[in-house]
Amino acid sequence: MIGLATSIGRGLRVKLGDWGWSARLLGALLLHLGACLRRFALVREQIYFLGNRSLSIIGVSGLFVGFVLALQGYYTLQRYGSAEAVGLLVALSLVRELGPVVAALLFAGRAGTSLTAEIGLMKAGEQLSAMEMMAVDPVQRVLAPRFWAGFIAMPLLAAVFSAVGILGGWLVAVPLIGIDAGSFWSQMQGGVDVFKDVGNGFVKSVVFGITVSFVALLQGYACKPTPEGVSQATTRTVVLSSLAVLGLDFILTAMMFSI
Amino acid sequence: MQSSRYDALVGFFVLLGGAALLFLALKAGNLLTLNFQDTYTVTAKFDNIGGLKPGAAVKSAGVVVGRVGAISFDDKSFQARVILKMNEGVAFPKDSSAKILTSGLLGEQYIGLEPGAAEKNLATGDIITQTQSAVVLENLIGQFLYNKAADASAAPASGEKQ
Repeated sequence: MIGLATSIGRGLRVKLGDWGWSARLLGALLLHLGACLRRFALVREQIYFLGNRSLSIIGVSGLFVGFVLALQGYYTLQRYGSAEAVGLLVALSLVRELGPVVAALLFAGRAGTSLTAEIGLMKAGEQLSAMEMMAVDPVQRVLAPRFWAGFIAMPLLAAVFSAVGILGGWLVAVPLIGIDAGSFWSQMQGGVDVFKDVGNGFVKSVVFGITVSFVALLQGYACKPTPEGVSQATTRTVVLSSLAVLGLDFILTAMMFSI
Repeated sequence: MQSSRYDALVGFFVLLGGAALLFLALKAGNLLTLNFQDTYTVTAKFDNIGGLKPGAAVKSAGVVVGRVGAISFDDKSFQARVILKMNEGVAFPKDSSAKILTSGLLGEQYIGLEPGAAEKNLATGDIITQTQSAVVLENLIGQFLYNKAADASAAPASGEKQ
């Protein structure tokens, strides 16, 4: 009985310690913004790896999500004789929900994993310890540029996803199904608010960018410095960041669009 | 600072993201229809506004001449108080009348302004009193059923007399 109580207590203490350590790491990453701006070349290089290299998968996914949304939306809407509203449906679902969320999930799979594996292998190869020996702070030199690059790249990727998705929806709705192009765009413009919908979607994608990059870096930095450790950390990055994105999405949606 | 080979590519990426945001704001969103012109505000009171929303268009002869600013409830007259933001430079006579119309069968609702014949023009703070409420489908159906019932009860009565 006492053994159970001690093991629960120890587990709780270790968990709390982990949480505190993660919070301190997040604080350090945020505080190193100034250092990153001073050496922006480091961030720029990471934006290339996280952003440019993710463009193809984001663009293609966005296009197909737009296609499918238009097809499925048309199927439902034409029953009520309002097939022209398909543009509005595609745009609202993409801008408010699917753009930020799906882009974040893809970003976690495409960029988050590579961040974790890179940091984990650096740790396993004792490169991070070597930096510390040379009085170079690995959080400032290695982690912070990646974090801020993710912060910058993610909203842009989500915007590209939504824009390409709307173009995909247009491709299916207007040339393929034959919905009038004028009412397609005017219904969309009548229903999508710049600040309420596009702005809040943008805020969502910024939050998801922070979440995914932070989870990926944390897992890499905290992983066991062994091949198994790195592989487990990479898996955990995908699982945890996806769950965090979905959970945060619910909270943010409830806060932003509750009315 | 040394320029790296990623400069141009990263610049392209950021430009692309910016262009996508611009596209969302201008082509998909309503940034173009947001009004940055000077306006004067006029109040109109309606018995029932139906599904009118803030931001809906105010049209006269089919041309947009303003937007609905805010909608509130007036507990003195038990009417809806609709603030209309009229574009500066579009003047209407004081006795103009407003009615709530629907564009198409399922379209959004807007306010139609019919110009009156008064000499003076509407100015900030004026109230449009001649208004016509939105057509509410439930009321129409209720009226229809009521008339049907009245006809049905009238018809047997007349039949019995003969």
